[in-house]
Amino acid sequence: MANFTLTVNGRDRTVDAAPDTPLLWVLRDSLDLTGTKFGCGIGMCRACTVLVDGAAKASCLVRVNQVGTQAITTIEGFAENQSHPLLQAWIAEEVSQCGYCQSGQLLAAAALLDQHPKPSDEEIDRSMAPNLCRCGTYPRIRRAIRRAAGEVSHG
Amino acid sequence: MASRRKFFKVTGGIGAGFVLALYLPSCKGMAARVREGFEPNAWITIGPDGTVTLTLDKSEMGQGTHTALAMILAEELEADWSKVRLGEVPIDPSSWERNMGTGGSSSVRESYERLRKAGASGRAMLLAAAADTWGVPPSECRATRGEVLHAGSNRQLGYGALAAHAATMPVPDDPPLKDPKDFTILGTRVKRLDTPAKLDGTAVFGIDVSLPGMLVASVERSPVFGGRVARYEAAAALAVDGVRHVVEVESTVGQRTDGSWPAQFESGVAVVADTYWQAVTGRRALDITWDEGANAAVSSATIARDSRSLATRDGKVARSNGDAIRALTGAPRRIEAVYQVPFLHQATMEPMNCTADVRDGECDIWAPTQTQSAAQGAVARALKVRAGKVRIHTTLLGGGFGRRLEPDYAAEAALISQRVGAPVKVVWSREDDVQHGFYRPATHNHFWAGLDADGMPIAWRHHIVGPSISAQKGWLGPGEIDDSSVEGAANLPYAIPNLRVEYTQVETPVPIGFWRSVGSSQNAFVTECFLDELAGEAGADPFEFRRRLLSNHPRHRRVLELAAEKADWGTPLGAGQGRGIAVAEAFGTFVAQVAEVTVDDQGRVRVDRVVCAVDCGPIVNPDTIEAQMEGGIVFGLTAALYGQITIDRGRVQQSNFHDYQILRMAETPRIEVHLVQSTESQGGIGEPGVPPIAPAVVNAIHAATGQRVRRLPIDPADLVSGR
Repeated sequence: MANFTLTVNGRDRTVDAAPDTPLLWVLRDSLDLTGTKFGCGIGMCRACTVLVDGAAKASCLVRVNQVGTQAITTIEGFAENQSHPLLQAWIAEEVSQCGYCQSGQLLAAAALLDQHPKPSDEEIDRSMAPNLCRCGTYPRIRRAIRRAAGEVSHG
Repeated sequence: MASRRKFFKVTGGIGAGFVLALYLPSCKGMAARVREGFEPNAWITIGPDGTVTLTLDKSEMGQGTHTALAMILAEELEADWSKVRLGEVPIDPSSWERNMGTGGSSSVRESYERLRKAGASGRAMLLAAAADTWGVPPSECRATRGEVLHAGSNRQLGYGALAAHAATMPVPDDPPLKDPKDFTILGTRVKRLDTPAKLDGTAVFGIDVSLPGMLVASVERSPVFGGRVARYEAAAALAVDGVRHVVEVESTVGQRTDGSWPAQFESGVAVVADTYWQAVTGRRALDITWDEGANAAVSSATIARDSRSLATRDGKVARSNGDAIRALTGAPRRIEAVYQVPFLHQATMEPMNCTADVRDGECDIWAPTQTQSAAQGAVARALKVRAGKVRIHTTLLGGGFGRRLEPDYAAEAALISQRVGAPVKVVWSREDDVQHGFYRPATHNHFWAGLDADGMPIAWRHHIVGPSISAQKGWLGPGEIDDSSVEGAANLPYAIPNLRVEYTQVETPVPIGFWRSVGSSQNAFVTECFLDELAGEAGADPFEFRRRLLSNHPRHRRVLELAAEKADWGTPLGAGQGRGIAVAEAFGTFVAQVAEVTVDDQGRVRVDRVVCAVDCGPIVNPDTIEAQMEGGIVFGLTAALYGQITIDRGRVQQSNFHDYQILRMAETPRIEVHLVQSTESQGGIGEPGVPPIAPAVVNAIHAATGQRVRRLPIDPADLVSGR
């Protein structure tokens, strides 16, 4: 066990954990940030997506001793801005079903729009491909991203 | 019987606000105890602030049932939708007259009329209270958006202010329902009540439960079905930081004899620690020797061989019209084919998990469960306590799809908590979830058909061979056929004069269970593909062929015609492309789908477009229906393109999403859903989107390539080698 100080949602948080503990489990079990979800543990479903210095990462594949000073944003931090166009678009398109994967979907979409504010359909499909949704909300995620990017009329 | 029952009653008094208790009938197929007297299982509460809370026994797993049920109530109650909430699911199923559970796409269709009546009763009582307050006849008052208005005197009172008074008014026996043309909530795109919490990380799924002093467990279970722990060495695991306990868990399979839901979980060793990662780290350090038992030689090949050998013998007759055997013998043309489907896993995004706190002969369970009654019963049997000593706290479910009907994970967690004397959250890894599931039965289907001189079918014989869910769970009486094995086959809607559907049950040690749309998931595939073969033999258009044979089934025919029309059926497509159609009824809902596919020269299949038409009776929320059709199509496509659980040496071979693939966004077709405006009986919506997609795609592959796919998942190698 060792102490690690992480920057999570803009605040410094110190945790005591084994160095090989995945960031996912530090967030969930040590920091009580349970909006980040466990799905597979091998980076195949991306339910555990968080932003690491703005890039979408599978937090199950990032060990706590690899984080250093990088800024971590979880769904709890992201959703502090309730007027974020992606959150509004997710509501407008009624995306969620069971909702379990949606934290990861939203953060993956946020990283995409950060890189490509007006993504093509191919860019959306490519960047969102790692994120599984067993309820099959993909058509609505596509529409919501296009809406947030201003490509669908808000009405 | 039902007409003599009392369905509504005021249970709260002044001070408690308004509480109207009601009784919702049992889900079909789920056992219910019949008792005398009034035993409510749903409550409508109106608080002093006007908040309307509907409390009932349904789990929300993404299907939108909470919002739909609240909409039905709010419509008749004339509630202000912004003030409508869902209460927590009650915690003691044993005190309930109906089995507490969510399955069979039943929530809305079983509760629609009753909830409307309850809402109308509440409205009448609020109107009576307002009229009494103002000293005017109730007929001069009107309820709208959470208020009662008296136009003559321009007065109004909110439901919150009226609640306590309304509770003292008589409950009307048969309150008038609204005319559907006056609906303002039902049939509209109301936003789901559960959305906000699912977008900001505050939604609590089972895996998110946390209790003071709670430990977390990870369990190494027998890799072979029915295996036992011979011995294990715990020292290395106990040496891991944070690991508190290592305990053996004995399987409880076989404890049940009373027809209730068995908790079939494997024997194993649980590592219990402060955190999940510590538990997993400790688990890796375990050294376990297994007694693999009798099933170590079972494989998919042995199961398929056993099924094949039974398929050409006679089975139990599930349906017989005319004399199919004789008609086959005399038919001018005969066709025979074999169709096979594999075991499938539900693969909910949230892996199985359960939190149990066993103390002083009582137990609290926090579980993402579809069947509170089964979970309570299984936990009580495992702990050897009365059911009423077990309280089931229902969380949100990160998907259910039938897997969470099973009580295995709750009983296992209770035993672990009991052993360590602390609250314990058992979290399954994805590998645990994939390898210790309850799989959709694999089946072998032998078809024989006879055509007359014009190519129309005069005989149809279908023999289904596979394991039975009900038999494995001990629910099937001697000589009975499991409905879930033949649904989607025995109710074949086509007008074929000589028709025989048979079923032969095979025993298997592979745990089997309910998978979204159950028997229809495989039977729609095999019947709709074989029917397509008959159309091909007849040289007929697959749509017209079906249409002709559906003359006595207008709801099938209507969705078939609608899907064909919207999909531009009959218009040309490009090279390597094809269009296929299929129709199925499941859970009282009728769905037709047209798939457009492109098959490349490697045999790879891309589904480009799916057009879906659905008739589920009265429309509660069109957006939810569309979402469930979209989701069902993606779910069924995943199975058609990738889904298979295979068995080798008594073990499941797949383990995670790399070898049990789920459809991804880039592979998801354009999906268009069209709703039939219908006043027919209410159907379910969570499952019926699944059955038609696999046959629609496979029939489209035939249109594109001339190849018939008779085994799922679709194998590109078959499509290349067959050319």
